Amino acid sequence: MPKYAALIYSVEGEATPEEWAAVMAGYNEFGEKAGAAGVILGGEALEDTHTATTVHVDGKGGQIHTTDGPFAETKEALGGFYLLDCKDLDEAIHWAAQIPGAWHGRVEVRPLIEFNEGE
Amino acid sequence: MSLDEVLRREGGQVLATLVRLTGDIGLAEDALQEAVIVAHSKWTDDDMPDNPVAWLTTAARNKALDRIRREARRTDKEREAVALLDQQLAVEPNEPTDLLRLLFTCCHPALSQEAQTALALRTLCGMTTTEIAAAFLVQDSTMGQRISRAKKKIATAQIPYRVPEDHELPDRLPGVLEVLYLVFTTGHHSAEGSLDSRVDLAAEAIRLCRMLVDLMPDEAEVRGLLALMLASHARRRARIADDGSMVLLADQDRSLWDRAMIDEATMLVERSLRRRGAGEYRIQAAIACLHGLAATFEETDWNQIAELYRMLERVRPTPVVRVNRAVAEAHVAGPERGLELLEGVTGVDNWHLFWSAKADFLRRLDRRDAAADAYRRALDCDMNETDRSFLEGRLASVV
Repeated sequence: MPKYAALIYSVEGEATPEEWAAVMAGYNEFGEKAGAAGVILGGEALEDTHTATTVHVDGKGGQIHTTDGPFAETKEALGGFYLLDCKDLDEAIHWAAQIPGAWHGRVEVRPLIEFNEGE
Repeated sequence: MSLDEVLRREGGQVLATLVRLTGDIGLAEDALQEAVIVAHSKWTDDDMPDNPVAWLTTAARNKALDRIRREARRTDKEREAVALLDQQLAVEPNEPTDLLRLLFTCCHPALSQEAQTALALRTLCGMTTTEIAAAFLVQDSTMGQRISRAKKKIATAQIPYRVPEDHELPDRLPGVLEVLYLVFTTGHHSAEGSLDSRVDLAAEAIRLCRMLVDLMPDEAEVRGLLALMLASHARRRARIADDGSMVLLADQDRSLWDRAMIDEATMLVERSLRRRGAGEYRIQAAIACLHGLAATFEETDWNQIAELYRMLERVRPTPVVRVNRAVAEAHVAGPERGLELLEGVTGVDNWHLFWSAKADFLRRLDRRDAAADAYRRALDCDMNETDRSFLEGRLASVV
């Protein structure tokens, strides 16, 4: 069976708790339905783009350049992703800088939203 | 020492310790604020605690602990913080490493340089958002958002609160020095209003840099930066005439220069230049000291200054360095050499000091029409009022 990534784009901004609850209810509903159908292999929510760091390296093993904020798409297109389990942002940047995309293009590092138990 | 003085001098230290204990800049700031309110009501001039810093740190630590416990919804991270705070009953407020940690966290390369600068001034210098906004000529609300987003990013993306390892310093220290120098130049050469309207910022930058020299005594570039700031700051009073107009280096009353500051800078440079491989701040400091050591403008050692600018251009080949080099070499070899060096410099169309240097060379060659054109180009750029009135005067002298 072929596998697909479903990449979610949405408008960022301050949501009221009610708006946030409504959005979450929608995702829970989808999660239950698609989960029951057995099509979800995994999924995560990302923190907003203000928490992003874009990493670029001058060739393999070269100088690491980091910039605040998300990757501003130009001619490069999203080509893949890794989920990294690191102790902090420095470790995440350390590994991100070794992904070939960091010198062929850019790697955007963004924290996942950590949902508390019971939510 | 009053409470305000304690906060001014030691507030950064207290906050840095609290950030270590709580792992959260926002929480640490709030807790310190609450402790300060208590101190305001309890401390009097006759009845001050023996160790005000320890008092504030302990009081703020307890406030932070209360708050974390009070909050109904605790994340794992906050639970960890409570455990940590419970363990650390004995607070050690005078650990200088805390300040370094906080400085490196504020100046983390995953934050924009604007945010780094604002955070450092806010946390380490205790400046208010309003004061920082005024210094960088942005709206209060813009600066408030910039600072709160940076704090949120530190917390959410988990920018670590630590001093980089020795092998990471070559990558991390230049960013910190750049922020300190940016704070200094923003104060030393205001972009708006009168030239010295933000001179307090320059003093803050010197304070931070002194702290960094104490904390990293082996880093020659840190001492170089301190020397550069001191040698420039020493001349601040001579730069502006009573009527607010700018006084050129050549016309400055050198008795107004702060001798002690120049001597301290010179000593720092002599010590740091002995190290191999001169860095950009050491070279610039050496230039500033040579100016400071000349008894009269005529006695300035332009040969050595021009040589230092050539060295600097090899380390940092920027248009700004090229223009300064041109000015120095013109003193040695004449204004034609200066003009020659300005040829082919790009990206400086909106920089008034490029045009004013060019105009000055042309004026000295008595090419008055070309000089007038260059002064007009200079006046089209943005600059503070002191620079503007000086250039208007120069333009009038050639037309």
